[in-house]
Amino acid sequence: MTVFLIRRFMQSGVVLLAMSVLVFVGVYAIGDPIALLINPQATQSEIDLAIRNLGLDRPLWEQYIVFLIGALKGNLGDSFIHNVPALKLIFRRLPATLELVSLAMLMAVIIGIPLGMWAGLKAKSISSQTIMAGSILGFSLPSFWVGIMLVIVFSITLGLLPTSGRGETVNFLGVGVSFLTWDGIKHLILPVINLSLFPMALVIRLTRAGMQETLPLDFVKLARAKGLTTQRVILVHVLKNIMIPIVTVVGINFGGLLAFAVVTETVFAWPGMGKLIIDSINLLDRPVVVAYLLLTVLMFTIINLVVDIFYSVLDPRVRLGDRKE
Amino acid sequence: MNSLPKDSAPMITGKPTDLEAPFHRLIRDFTESKLAVGALVVFICIILVALLSPWISSQNPYDLAEIDILDGRLPPGSKGINGMTYLLGTDDQGRDMLSAMFYGLRISLGVGVVSGFVALTLGTLIGLAAAYLGGKTDDLLMRIVDLQLGFPSILIAMILLAVLGRGVDKMVCALVVTQWAYFARIVRGAALSERKKEYIEAAECLALSPSRITFRHLLPNCLPPLIVVGTVNVAHAIALEATLSFLGIGLPITEPSLGLLISNGYEYILSGRYWISFFPGVALFITIASINLVADQLREVLNPRLRT
Repeated sequence: MTVFLIRRFMQSGVVLLAMSVLVFVGVYAIGDPIALLINPQATQSEIDLAIRNLGLDRPLWEQYIVFLIGALKGNLGDSFIHNVPALKLIFRRLPATLELVSLAMLMAVIIGIPLGMWAGLKAKSISSQTIMAGSILGFSLPSFWVGIMLVIVFSITLGLLPTSGRGETVNFLGVGVSFLTWDGIKHLILPVINLSLFPMALVIRLTRAGMQETLPLDFVKLARAKGLTTQRVILVHVLKNIMIPIVTVVGINFGGLLAFAVVTETVFAWPGMGKLIIDSINLLDRPVVVAYLLLTVLMFTIINLVVDIFYSVLDPRVRLGDRKE
Repeated sequence: MNSLPKDSAPMITGKPTDLEAPFHRLIRDFTESKLAVGALVVFICIILVALLSPWISSQNPYDLAEIDILDGRLPPGSKGINGMTYLLGTDDQGRDMLSAMFYGLRISLGVGVVSGFVALTLGTLIGLAAAYLGGKTDDLLMRIVDLQLGFPSILIAMILLAVLGRGVDKMVCALVVTQWAYFARIVRGAALSERKKEYIEAAECLALSPSRITFRHLLPNCLPPLIVVGTVNVAHAIALEATLSFLGIGLPITEPSLGLLISNGYEYILSGRYWISFFPGVALFITIASINLVADQLREVLNPRLRT
């Protein structure tokens, strides 16, 4: 296990290093670093000073080391537009995104698992086929399109829910959240539905596949033979066995949702970090873009690492297979 | 000896039908699903519309001489000042939405199909190389594939577009980078399982060159899963391009794909002028849904093992 952990940690380190090189080369080598990193309104003497301060007169590998050391210290430069450290700006927006993503994932699980179980139990019924057809749509339709349709139907035609923003927020554990006020909840409903459709489709398909795999197994027959009620057999015995792949996939996709929140946040003008990154790309606020990309890659690597470790604990074949190689 | 050609004549005529048989079977199996046939017909119509857009549109929406800003934001079915009827209304510049959609479809499909094809070629070559060379090369290539598939495609595309900037070529480049790994993985898997079969052994016994075995014997037998993944990925590419263009980091304004049209109309939705966004959205929906339905049926027909 220790060997597995060390190896896995080293792999993640290599990934992070490779990604930092990619972003570094992207911003510093392909684009013009002066234009990208220095305010265009600066005077010539300011530019010269900045070039020296940024070490742009030194060779590329030396610049990369300087960049890396800065990144490790949590210094990824200041935003051109807002004039505050880029990381600070992102962390200020992080709670709004996390609230959206967590609620969307929660909804995907709460609705997806029962629907998937139903589709697995009554595979031939029309309701199940409708659920499965719906899950295909959940996979294939672009989420910005679904978001616009939600706005057209619920906000404009029916006039039930607000189209944009976060609504009234209250302070909860030091950060502002929307889900504790009625106004906030009204603002949350559409974005959460929008963001949850993809993971919901995934959970439905996984649960259904798990049900169909597990139902014919001997332990289910044994449970039935013991005279347990159908409810107890399905809700306790079967559900316990199909939860492992669902938990894993939900974990992996949490990171994916953080990236996908960009789309939902743009459609509903939700003030999270996804909205920030799109605005920053369009305003050429490169330090924020670099900071966001590196931060997201870091979060992703950590999530993948945690899921891998979790998996190797649940399924020893993973790390045993690794050792054999 | 003279009678030999005569005797073997039935064999010769029999041969093409034997070769055609899988194709016939494919068509017969495919037409079993009425929904899939309908989707295929719709998709072919979409391709035709995209190809013929300059000729079937009532105006060239990007020729400033043909549009009139006074006709801006007219609702569907209204008449313009020069007597033209706008079936689906006009956008803020006075463009006929139907014509703009035809042109947009052309760009969306073009970007999706070109990037899908390049990614398929690249991924196939890399997948075959991994399967053929094996060992350290295989390990390294598959590590890269795993690594990339661990990140969501939208994040990778965003990184690339943030670095490269807007543009059709850059968008195609970003879509290829996000897609090649799927092809590489599927081709490697198919090639590895095919390599163990006897016809490859037979070809090796005939001392055929490795490249001939790979491309003439191995590759054709890896095609079925490749076709399925290729179809699905074209739909993915179109959806991803539309998403990125909607976000404003994809195609430039000079290349208005469906995603960009939707994005342009989005600010007018709130004031009730739904048609500027809505109709391109419907076109996008029909395109993606029809490709996915076709792909779903192809999966059923070509790869019974994948049936769920």
